[in-house]
Amino acid sequence: MQDGTRATRTTIDRTSGPDGATLPVLRFSGDISAASKESMFGAWRNVSGGGPVLLDFSKVGHIDSGGVGLIITILVEASKAGQKVAIFGLTTTNQHVFTLLGIGTLAGLHKDEQTAAASL
Amino acid sequence: MVKTTGASVEVRLPSRLGFEKVAMGTAASVAQLMGFPPDRIEDLKTAVAEACINAIEHGNQLNEKLSVGVILSASDHELEVKVVDNGAGISKQPAKPDIDRKMHGEEDPRGMGMFLIQSLVDEAEWVHDSKGTNSYVRLVIRLDKENE
Repeated sequence: MQDGTRATRTTIDRTSGPDGATLPVLRFSGDISAASKESMFGAWRNVSGGGPVLLDFSKVGHIDSGGVGLIITILVEASKAGQKVAIFGLTTTNQHVFTLLGIGTLAGLHKDEQTAAASL
Repeated sequence: MVKTTGASVEVRLPSRLGFEKVAMGTAASVAQLMGFPPDRIEDLKTAVAEACINAIEHGNQLNEKLSVGVILSASDHELEVKVVDNGAGISKQPAKPDIDRKMHGEEDPRGMGMFLIQSLVDEAEWVHDSKGTNSYVRLVIRLDKENE
């Protein structure tokens, strides 16, 4: 088994917000674990400290507790900078895990991109 | 449906991150044969993954000369999973992660694996021997859970 089976890919995309403003979207894919730090934080650095951001998990499979720790770190940084974040596209299992851990108190958890964008 | 009562399946994993996926797949297959619903199987997979990651990282300290044992035992009403490593085990049960404390940097953003395990299965128990050279976590999910 190669480490690639756990690899996370993060791309930065743009979408339209409710008032026509352009919002950055970090789109994650693969599995998310502690090993995903470079991929996730590398992309996050490009959008941190600015306006509202969407996090897209619709192409993410398994997220372990190390991966959840990275996501919490991003959300804490955003919160300290006064930056709004909305999350969408979680699988049922990942939504369950996020809810159990109270991550919904740090960022809105939404079904799809449209709803998430409208919340910001 | 395949008769699973009394069946036992054992897998040995190298202490290398990524191999927890093998345990997840095996646990999912056995749970499926026993007739667990998909959402319970997903919970079990996550709990087994966390237990294996703990065993690989903390129990065996990523020492690839050591293996992690995963023993699945099926009975009429429940599936028991033991994840065994060569570590000293834990000294106290995990507390629920506090998001507010994490927000204020008063709590490590990590350290949620054991809480997740406890939350996702019907029973979780951490056991270690007196010599501190062997420990295991025992997870149980019950078939009648969805009828409660």
